[in-house]
Amino acid sequence: MSAEKRIVLQAKGITKRFPGVLANNKVNFDLREGEIHVLLGENGAGKSTLMNILYGLYQQDEGEIFIDGQPVRIQDPTDAIHHGVGMVHQHFMLVPVFTVAENIMLGAERLHQGSQGREPERPWWKRGFFNGLQNLERLERKQVSARIRAISRQYGLEVDPDAIVGDLPVGVQQRVEILKALYRQANILILDEPTAVLTPQEAEDLFRIMRDLTARGVSIIFITHKLKEVLAVADRITVMRAGEVVGHTTPQESDEQQLAAMMVGREVILQVEKADANPGEVVLEVNDLRVNDSRDLPAVDGVSFSVRAGEVLGVAGVQGNGQTELAEAVTGLRKAVGGAIRLAGHDILNKPPRPITEIGMAHIPEDRQRHGLVLSYTVADNLILCDYYKPPFSQRGVLQNQAIDENARRLIESYDVRTPSPYVPAGKLSGGNQQKVIVARELSRNIKLLVASQPTRGLDVGSIEYIHKEIIAMRDRGIAVLLISAELDEILALSDRIAVMYRGQIVAVVNNGQLTREQLGLLMAGSPPAEVGLSL
Amino acid sequence: MSENKRSFQDALSESPLVVPILAIFTSMVLGGIIIAWAGGNPVAAYIGLYQGAFGSLNALSETAVWATPYILAGLAVAFAFKGGLFNIGAEGQLALGAVAAAWVGYALPDLLGAELPRYLHLTLALGAGTLAGLIWGAIPGWLKAHTGGHEVINTIMMNYIALNMTSFLLNGVMKDPSPTNVIARTPLIAETARLGTLFAKYRVHWGFIMALVAAAIVWWLLERTTFGFEIRTVGANPDAAQYAGINVKRIITWTMAISGLLAGLAGAVEVTGLNYRHELGFSVGYGFDAIAIALLGKTHPLGVVLAALLFAAMRNGGTRMQFMTQIPVDIISVIQALILLFVAADAIIRYIYRLKASEDKLVLTRGWGG
Repeated sequence: MSAEKRIVLQAKGITKRFPGVLANNKVNFDLREGEIHVLLGENGAGKSTLMNILYGLYQQDEGEIFIDGQPVRIQDPTDAIHHGVGMVHQHFMLVPVFTVAENIMLGAERLHQGSQGREPERPWWKRGFFNGLQNLERLERKQVSARIRAISRQYGLEVDPDAIVGDLPVGVQQRVEILKALYRQANILILDEPTAVLTPQEAEDLFRIMRDLTARGVSIIFITHKLKEVLAVADRITVMRAGEVVGHTTPQESDEQQLAAMMVGREVILQVEKADANPGEVVLEVNDLRVNDSRDLPAVDGVSFSVRAGEVLGVAGVQGNGQTELAEAVTGLRKAVGGAIRLAGHDILNKPPRPITEIGMAHIPEDRQRHGLVLSYTVADNLILCDYYKPPFSQRGVLQNQAIDENARRLIESYDVRTPSPYVPAGKLSGGNQQKVIVARELSRNIKLLVASQPTRGLDVGSIEYIHKEIIAMRDRGIAVLLISAELDEILALSDRIAVMYRGQIVAVVNNGQLTREQLGLLMAGSPPAEVGLSL
Repeated sequence: MSENKRSFQDALSESPLVVPILAIFTSMVLGGIIIAWAGGNPVAAYIGLYQGAFGSLNALSETAVWATPYILAGLAVAFAFKGGLFNIGAEGQLALGAVAAAWVGYALPDLLGAELPRYLHLTLALGAGTLAGLIWGAIPGWLKAHTGGHEVINTIMMNYIALNMTSFLLNGVMKDPSPTNVIARTPLIAETARLGTLFAKYRVHWGFIMALVAAAIVWWLLERTTFGFEIRTVGANPDAAQYAGINVKRIITWTMAISGLLAGLAGAVEVTGLNYRHELGFSVGYGFDAIAIALLGKTHPLGVVLAALLFAAMRNGGTRMQFMTQIPVDIISVIQALILLFVAADAIIRYIYRLKASEDKLVLTRGWGG
């Protein structure tokens, strides 16, 4: 079918070098009209580099790009848009206090004068600031709103042009990004990991929109590392590994296992093998906990649950429903405004992190670069970050380099941290190895409770596999695990019980297996438990 | 061949010394151009500068005399930088350290009605100076930790208070009462409160050795102790420090307190080792030059010592340069400012000399958000 379609974009022999890294090595890629072409690969495989070249953010060292069969030079995003290439970034490029229409207009003021080409170079006094002033006088909000409505109708993207972007749910903000590209008359869309921030239902909506778009002749490059999505939406699949294209396939010809193996370069065990849990006594008990967020608005609103020794309680929920604040309150990083938290019989509500850690808590923090590591410190120093003041690392207030060195070599070995030496700054390691440094440090301590927040966010399949195994191993040793993850697949793979969090409250606690993926997705999106067929 | 050359350049680009050295070199060249433009002979000027700084034993001694407060005040600023804090208040901490040491030096025997044993009196004078600096540093540190008030603003304000308070005291209750005195200065301190000179004929005193020892202690404290680990962690990533169970507020207060202590010691050493009294205006600029010295020394104690020696040599040699060539000593300030500019904006130096951009940016403080 799609084989007869015309090729709208082609990259031939693209090579891009960064100091010390060959990011793209003679990459060939093509996109046909009206197809969804998935670009699959681990972090660091070179997907983003290739897309940034197509979008004009980088220049290739070698190779050529053709659009509609014509060779083109894309020097910056303005060129890319001129050639009909639009990109939706993983992190939205929206101004929250502006309306949808204002966001869409932003930077495109010149385009709707009718001239499509680049304007001739102007002298400096006619550029920039003064030019901007002219544009301000010209903003014609009504016309723009009308055009946005027309495009929304045409592509089935319902958005109110006069809504303030900051008030919109994430899924709708993403539609605004797509509209932004369509408004600029893009017919080639690059979507960079678009589902990372969405609920399963929002992701379904996005897939429907993507199919509508392709039916109307838009061609889509879809970047992801989630295998289920690939099989659900792709027309064709290109897999990249270590800067090279390692294979092409289609959803009909492959399955998850095969894709994972292509991506990683070896067989991968996707399903974590685990025996039934053997829960012991209650280790962590949270009662009617209330926590405010940084703006002092309620984020956790009366949450109660308990975690037993030897079980994994997974807290599922779309990001921003209070999970971050919950984890921070339990680990002592944020003050609660009410309620009770007990760890192994000790009251730890509003205690600082040190006494909580000393009772026996380990914490894999959500933001590893902000909380979990000091990037300028060596791997060895990061491995003692929580224990630096205790013997054998410190004797009478003096650091013991030999003990620190031995500890580092032992943990690097047993947790398989890939680093040239213990004395490399942690910031130089890959994301997966940075996370392994944290996991090694936290799990090697004598602990009763592990709080793991988004433990595999942004990691490659190999590292995810490893960290999942470690978490289950901790559970089997009788440690209570509180797992907080926005990835429903991760929750389903690891948890014994699942708590669903929505708008600061736990709407349901169920045994894993009691509800389907879809039912959990509905709960995460705010449907009342009774409607998803759950009687509490 | 070219591969070898490239790796040599890589190694050069990564050395911590290369930017400061090239910054000094470039500033001297630019300074020379300015001298020539103003009608002077740059070669003669720099010969004068060199002779004034290193040309004789006395010149060396005087350079060490200048270097003493520079090292201590530079350590003060560098210590705060290690904890992620910008201490602009070394000037005020230094002034109060000098006032406190001077007061103990001249007034304590009278107050007690007896002479004190030599080392006890000296220790008390130095102790009073360091304590005054410590308190003056701890206040903005505490404010930063507990109210979020930015230390840059607060140390500047504390400077005004300290300098005007010094002026008030030196013109009032602490003014030298001898009938011939018309300037704002304290009486001479007692012999028992004075630091000895190292060599009979020269002014260089034990304070220079104390400053070198202080540099070694600061290095050891920061790099080898648990306390130093806490300070560096708070400086490098306060969120991770909190996560690791470090009491961030306590560490911020102590970092500023110790920074103030070092600046206060600089003032106390100037009084007990060199001037034997405190005089209004003797120290103007030490606390501010200290910022430049800490930056040029890349906040490393050894770097601070080297940078302080360079600044001292230029200050000391500048007088002879002016005497020999009639080029005003102010050109030294111009060159020092250029050095600081090139060190702070090292991209300029890396561009001029085609060095690779540094991957690790020197992040000294965490901006206004705190």
